[in-house]
Amino acid sequence: MLKLNDKILMLVFTIFVLTGPIILAPFGAGYPDLLQRFAIFGILAVGYNILFGLTGYLSFGHAAFLGVGSYSTVWMFKLLTMNIIPGMILAIIMSGLFALLIGFITLRRSGIYFSILTLAFAQMSYSLAYSVLTPITNGETGLQIRLADARILDPKNESGSLPSTNLFGLEMNDTFRTTLFGMDLQFNVGFYVCAVILIAAFYLSIRIFRSPFGLMLRAVKTNQNRLMYTGINTKPYTLAAFVISGMYAGLAGALLASMDPLAGAERMQWTESGSIVLMVILGGAGTLLGPVLGAGVIKYFEAIFSRINDNVLHEWFDILPGFLETFMVWIIHPFVGKGWSLTLGAVFMIIVIFLPGGLMEGANRIGKRLAKLKRGSADDAKTPAE
Amino acid sequence: MDAIFLQVLNGLDKGSAYALIALGLTLIFGTLGVVNFAHGALFMLGAFCAVVMRKILTLSKITLDPEKTNFLGKPLEIKTTYVELWWGDVGTWMIDYSVLLSIGFAIPVMALIGIIMERGLIKHFYHRPHADQILMTFGLAIVLQEIVKAFFGANPIPQSAPDAMGGAMDIGVLFGFAEYAVIYPYWRLIYFVFAAVVIGAVFAFLRFTTFGMVVRAGMADRETVGLLGIDIDRRFTIMFGIAAAVTGVAGVMYTPILPPNYHMGMDFLVLCFVVVVVGGMGSLPGAVLAGFMLGMLESFASMNEVKAIIPGIDQIIIYLVAMIVLLVRPRGLMGKAGMMED
Repeated sequence: MLKLNDKILMLVFTIFVLTGPIILAPFGAGYPDLLQRFAIFGILAVGYNILFGLTGYLSFGHAAFLGVGSYSTVWMFKLLTMNIIPGMILAIIMSGLFALLIGFITLRRSGIYFSILTLAFAQMSYSLAYSVLTPITNGETGLQIRLADARILDPKNESGSLPSTNLFGLEMNDTFRTTLFGMDLQFNVGFYVCAVILIAAFYLSIRIFRSPFGLMLRAVKTNQNRLMYTGINTKPYTLAAFVISGMYAGLAGALLASMDPLAGAERMQWTESGSIVLMVILGGAGTLLGPVLGAGVIKYFEAIFSRINDNVLHEWFDILPGFLETFMVWIIHPFVGKGWSLTLGAVFMIIVIFLPGGLMEGANRIGKRLAKLKRGSADDAKTPAE
Repeated sequence: MDAIFLQVLNGLDKGSAYALIALGLTLIFGTLGVVNFAHGALFMLGAFCAVVMRKILTLSKITLDPEKTNFLGKPLEIKTTYVELWWGDVGTWMIDYSVLLSIGFAIPVMALIGIIMERGLIKHFYHRPHADQILMTFGLAIVLQEIVKAFFGANPIPQSAPDAMGGAMDIGVLFGFAEYAVIYPYWRLIYFVFAAVVIGAVFAFLRFTTFGMVVRAGMADRETVGLLGIDIDRRFTIMFGIAAAVTGVAGVMYTPILPPNYHMGMDFLVLCFVVVVVGGMGSLPGAVLAGFMLGMLESFASMNEVKAIIPGIDQIIIYLVAMIVLLVRPRGLMGKAGMMED
């Protein structure tokens, strides 16, 4: 069972996630599309953290699992039913198998070679999805659901419009809207499905972190050689971690497809894998909460920054004198709107250079500094005046 | 037979680009021990040096011709470039040969960028784990490519080869094939020769100069060289500049073949890492050999006859070969044992 600390963490996390639509509404992030992305990429990051955070193996190929998950799910939508459960199950199984195969081969090497091998595998899957596997992936167009698809479990569709994804009748894009203190609150079914899965995924990751298995993975990160000298074969452990994180990625891919039933090969590109790494590093690799935080921060600022355009900038700097206003807008312009990636890259570099432990380390440092200050002043008070 | 000969040419052509980039990558890795994910961005920056050079050369003075009107009824604008205005025919010649002139422009610029990069950023990462180096340079690559995108836009900018080198050559005749059997663009042949010259120059520089000797000694044992009272850090910084310049000119010369766009670096980067790993981390001859070998394999795999047997093989052959090499011979073709094993 979980220790008290973890129970509290779990409870706070659950409450925070479930009340997400209310808490995040004042920040302009309370709309379903963004909330769903928070949860989905949170799952992805939590899964990636099990591999990278615990074992230190830097994989550049996780986007491939994301793609596999999406494709499997859309195929389930096409063949079986628009209920998301079979799609999710198939996605987890397929990405697990895929991860088993790739992991079995790539984990024979470590360090930089592992990174490059996973990169090569992901790039290969991406090229294949675009070329030979077109019958399965529908190439550049991407896989979509159509009216003419079989869907053997679903009743015959007579409405003439595309059916929407659902969970036993609850449609994913159903939204309950209300206003509270003048704020527009949107409670979306899709978000709550993702949120519940995120909480489950987070719980599982706590259990893994606290288990003997998790300890073994950490030992691999600290000193794999010493572990081998003591006669332990580390391969099964790392492979298990790789497969688990691959399945997490597959699940995230399935949810992406469930919220918006299409799958494209661009989801598998290696820069996409890079952005998964970014989330985990930004939040703090190897910490429990860090990856979710990182995913949230990146997706939030992506949404915010992309919306800022020159007009908004001009409004902001309206108070400044003319030439200064133009200058500020000129400086900031490349970083916002379409230039969001530039900001992301720059922030990422700064994080890696100055704060390798990510936001969580930053929070810890500030916490320690504060504690020191407090203790310091207390000490001062104790020393008797001469 | 002539189809095979054509694929050999294609392979040499692709291989020379791979070999040049991989050479720069290996120079950096072998000297500084840094895994540089921003190397593709250097290639891209080199290509954009050519774009900038052409932009500078074609800066024009606009004069209005009141006699003639354009379709809107306004006076016709006549653009005359300044270089032509100042130097006449020499100016025209300069614009025509701007790709070659760009090399002279790119070498100092790229060397400077390389040195700034090393002193400003990478210096601080020697004692950090390789994962950190990868991540930092990955971030740097994103930043560089986004800056280029902000300035030059997302569309490819076509560059032309000089007129005299623009056409194609009936190279088959030289090798005893029938006339018009193998026709190949001049520029690609020039690229191959250029790559061979640059690679030869780098090797000669390392082999036959005192500087090169010191650098090689430093690659073998950095500490001892330092103890002998040689400022090895400074030499390695210069080597980083040289590596950046080599990659940059590879990019400049590639512009007539592939119109430069902001993500060309990322596209080449993955391939070149694979090349370096196949050749053996830190081995310069290995990088060159693997570059040409993989280029050759890729072009043979894209023959229709091969594709008919195994569809899609041209897309994945390089990765497939890389995987087999890494699993069977982990240190690569010519790598030393124990390199980067941790």
